[in-house]
Amino acid sequence: MLDNHILSLSIWVPILAGILVLFTGSDKNATLARWIALAGSVAGFLVTLPLYTRFDRADGDFQFQEGFDWIPSFNIHYHLGADGIAVPLILLTSFITVIVVLAGWEVIQKRVAQYMAAFLIMSGLMIGVFTALDAVLFYVFWEAMLIPMFLVIGVWGGPNRVYATIKFFLYTLLGSLLMLVAFIYLFHHTHSFEIVDYYMLPIPMEVQILIFMAFFMAFAVKIPMWPVHTWLPDAHVEAPTGGSVVLAAIMLKLGAYGFLRFAMPIAPDAAHYLSGFMITLSLIAVVYIALVALVQQDMKKLIAYSSISHMGFVTLGMFIFNPLGMEGGIVQMISHGFVSGALFLCVGVLYDRMHSRQIADYGGVVNTMPTFAAFAVLFAMANAGLPGTSGFVGEFMVILGALQQDFWYAFLAATTLIFGAAYTLWMVKRVFYGDIGNAHVAALKDVNRREFLILAILAAMTLGFGLYPAPLTEITHATVTQLLSHLAQSKLPGTI
Amino acid sequence: MNNPIVYDLMAARPEILVLTMAMVILLVDLFLSERHRYVGYVLSQLTLLGSAILTVATHTPGVAYVFNGMFVDDPMADVLKLMMSLATSVVLVYSRSYIATRGMYRGEFFALVLFALLGMMIMVSGSHFLTLYMGLELLSLSMYALVALDRDNPRATEAAMKYFVLGALASGMLLYGMSMIYGATGALELGQVRNALMSGQPDHAVLILGLVFVVAGLAFKIGAVPFQMWVPDVYHGSPTAVTLLIGSVPKFAAFAFFMRLLIQGLEPLGIDWQGMLIIMAVLSISIGNITAIAQTNIKRMLAYSTISHVGFLLFGFLAVGPNGYTSAMFYISAYVLMTLGAFGILLLLSRQGFEAEHLDDLKGLNQRSPWYAFIMLLLMFSMAGVPPTLGFYAKFTVLQAALQAGFVGLVIFAVLMAVIGAFYYLRVVKLMYFDEPIDQTPIKPQADVAFVLSVNGLLVLLIGLMPEWLMELCAYAIAQSIQ
Repeated sequence: MLDNHILSLSIWVPILAGILVLFTGSDKNATLARWIALAGSVAGFLVTLPLYTRFDRADGDFQFQEGFDWIPSFNIHYHLGADGIAVPLILLTSFITVIVVLAGWEVIQKRVAQYMAAFLIMSGLMIGVFTALDAVLFYVFWEAMLIPMFLVIGVWGGPNRVYATIKFFLYTLLGSLLMLVAFIYLFHHTHSFEIVDYYMLPIPMEVQILIFMAFFMAFAVKIPMWPVHTWLPDAHVEAPTGGSVVLAAIMLKLGAYGFLRFAMPIAPDAAHYLSGFMITLSLIAVVYIALVALVQQDMKKLIAYSSISHMGFVTLGMFIFNPLGMEGGIVQMISHGFVSGALFLCVGVLYDRMHSRQIADYGGVVNTMPTFAAFAVLFAMANAGLPGTSGFVGEFMVILGALQQDFWYAFLAATTLIFGAAYTLWMVKRVFYGDIGNAHVAALKDVNRREFLILAILAAMTLGFGLYPAPLTEITHATVTQLLSHLAQSKLPGTI
Repeated sequence: MNNPIVYDLMAARPEILVLTMAMVILLVDLFLSERHRYVGYVLSQLTLLGSAILTVATHTPGVAYVFNGMFVDDPMADVLKLMMSLATSVVLVYSRSYIATRGMYRGEFFALVLFALLGMMIMVSGSHFLTLYMGLELLSLSMYALVALDRDNPRATEAAMKYFVLGALASGMLLYGMSMIYGATGALELGQVRNALMSGQPDHAVLILGLVFVVAGLAFKIGAVPFQMWVPDVYHGSPTAVTLLIGSVPKFAAFAFFMRLLIQGLEPLGIDWQGMLIIMAVLSISIGNITAIAQTNIKRMLAYSTISHVGFLLFGFLAVGPNGYTSAMFYISAYVLMTLGAFGILLLLSRQGFEAEHLDDLKGLNQRSPWYAFIMLLLMFSMAGVPPTLGFYAKFTVLQAALQAGFVGLVIFAVLMAVIGAFYYLRVVKLMYFDEPIDQTPIKPQADVAFVLSVNGLLVLLIGLMPEWLMELCAYAIAQSIQ
């Protein structure tokens, strides 16, 4: 019986585990809370595995569908399903949750149960976003997810956490509410909140543009695209390590996923019409934000800007409308999930020891932490797009895709290989190499077994996907093909 | 049953029960010693339970006009009376220890609460200008007295005075407007007024003049901008237990008042009052939300939040039609549930000699009591309209009704204002979760308060997960009552 409810299990196992963790109460039972959280996150990961093994790779449609009538008054259904784009993201989410629970093991000493519960519940809600096939259900997951993240940044964050977390919340809320208006508009024309029904609805061009812009407000903020990215560096800098990892590894992907699931298929003509606009914004993110990253003094801020720049690749890949670009964008999403998550963990490792994220406070860390430095350099290389790491695959595919479209797109996108290498390697040089910077660095201890385990797993994933990305692309391929053929058809009234 | 008087009286059984018991409590209280004050409380709770049970037991899906068309017993009235009885009961549970420590634990308090409830029930069932007006005055007079009940408190006395003077002015406007409409149509009963309007005979100029006064009076009573001035002062000045009452249950009656007067009576003038409501809705949402940001007193903040919620409520009436009215009724039910909980938390934090009314009093609540902090968190996110809480569906239904009626610009405006509104709700969460407590007094509520408050808070989440039954209940009430 449970076989038919894999997606429900993926959502509700972590959420229920999170609620269970909350019942351990005060910090007197912190150890118990940690172990329950670990068990819950591992269970949450295990229940998502069948999505990979049982996925029919030849079928580009939604699989593992399940559902029931939820709010018949408005024809709202609890309807879940996952296609080739959602499955890798679901697995990434449940995997990263295990990492985050482990990463917070000793670092978090204050209100441990609430911390762990927030991440578990967030994990379930994010999987809900990736699997919802009903617009209202999607919206509920999408917004509900903000509540635990708001608390994570606000309770366990840095000195300026209140500003950062309220900015994060309000920015996202503004975009989301406009998306809700678009959903209600579509509901009045289809009498349904089923996303698939929206795919079939003919919509005039002016309306398509408005709908696309409403979705743009919601998703561009989340990705984030230039110029609505300003919340991200603040949120990243103030968030605890776990919060940064989830933000970078998963939450940013939600925006890109939203474009693929809603904005593009519902308003394909507007998507084509506005593709120049989207590509321009993407390229600004790729080039300009990379330059901004170059001058950052704070390691977390640098990685945050680098995330924006890398997400520019994802949107670029999506809006050049060819299979190579789109698949490259998806590979880039997954790869960035591992790499940026790992980089934030590395900063976390240093921060836990030195309580500083300023590049200037470090220097010569390799002398005292050789094992850690090896991992950090690997992830930095992956971030810079070194061939053999997963960072290379996605970027290369997108650049090839862009080349088919326009030489100059590809040219500008390719500058990232220079700028990305510049800001990453320059940071690595200043933090890890050279002489030992000061007495604090001299006193550093290398990674412990827990940290080693986390970084080793992520390193294996980064190299694995870099050398052999086929397991990922074969899952997404059929769905991408189907999506592109859908996008190629006009939805203007009269043409279908 | 064949006797028409008996038939008429049967339709008003819950009202008769409440009236009788209010007088009984007043009398019984004379013979009670200080130690036995709880008798009044128990009797009131039994009355409210009885009125809830009677309302359900005597419910029929049909519409019955009694007392020569002055009083109507329809499903909308029944549903609202049930909700009002339950909400009043919750008010009393939350208030008990607060009023006991402030010398208000007396028969007068309970009798006045019951008289207020009676007034509201009559408003809900009024189908005649005079019945509606009588119900409103009974409610208002009881409220003025309740606000001033703590008579040695200068702030409460000032609030009562302000409430009374402005309330009387509003009642006067309402009555004046009604008299104009009576002059033009020659009818006082809502059905006849409507028929007269439909015939197109009455003088439009007189009607419009009357309508303006009626709408102004209504806006005043419900606290819509530009007639909102009394709301923050009265919320702030009243003892918190009375603020809880003012802020919650009468909103049901105000909703019914709008339904009866504007929809059942004056719907043919819809084009005219719609314009007025649009202005009031827009102003209420913006001024309510923006002014709330500047408040440091949480009672005032909730007062401005109420004003903004009223703006959203008016959206439901703008979308003329059952869909809009259902959404408004759903909104008001959600609103009352959230308000009860929010003031319940304030009452929980207040104790002998200490009023929890500053935002800073909520600081570090998560460390003092994670459970009640969580309840307040749910309530705040619900008021901000964030799913998966009830408040989201309230906004959702109202916005979809307004959008269906074609008010795209208004809806987008409301959505932007909702983002501004989210800020001050988030600030409350910030104080509870991110800050260190100032006050370390342990929070030890009595078992009944702990239970009801927990259920109240969890309902905001649970109805948010399963809103269908409440939506259906509202849809049923409206569909069966409004033709």
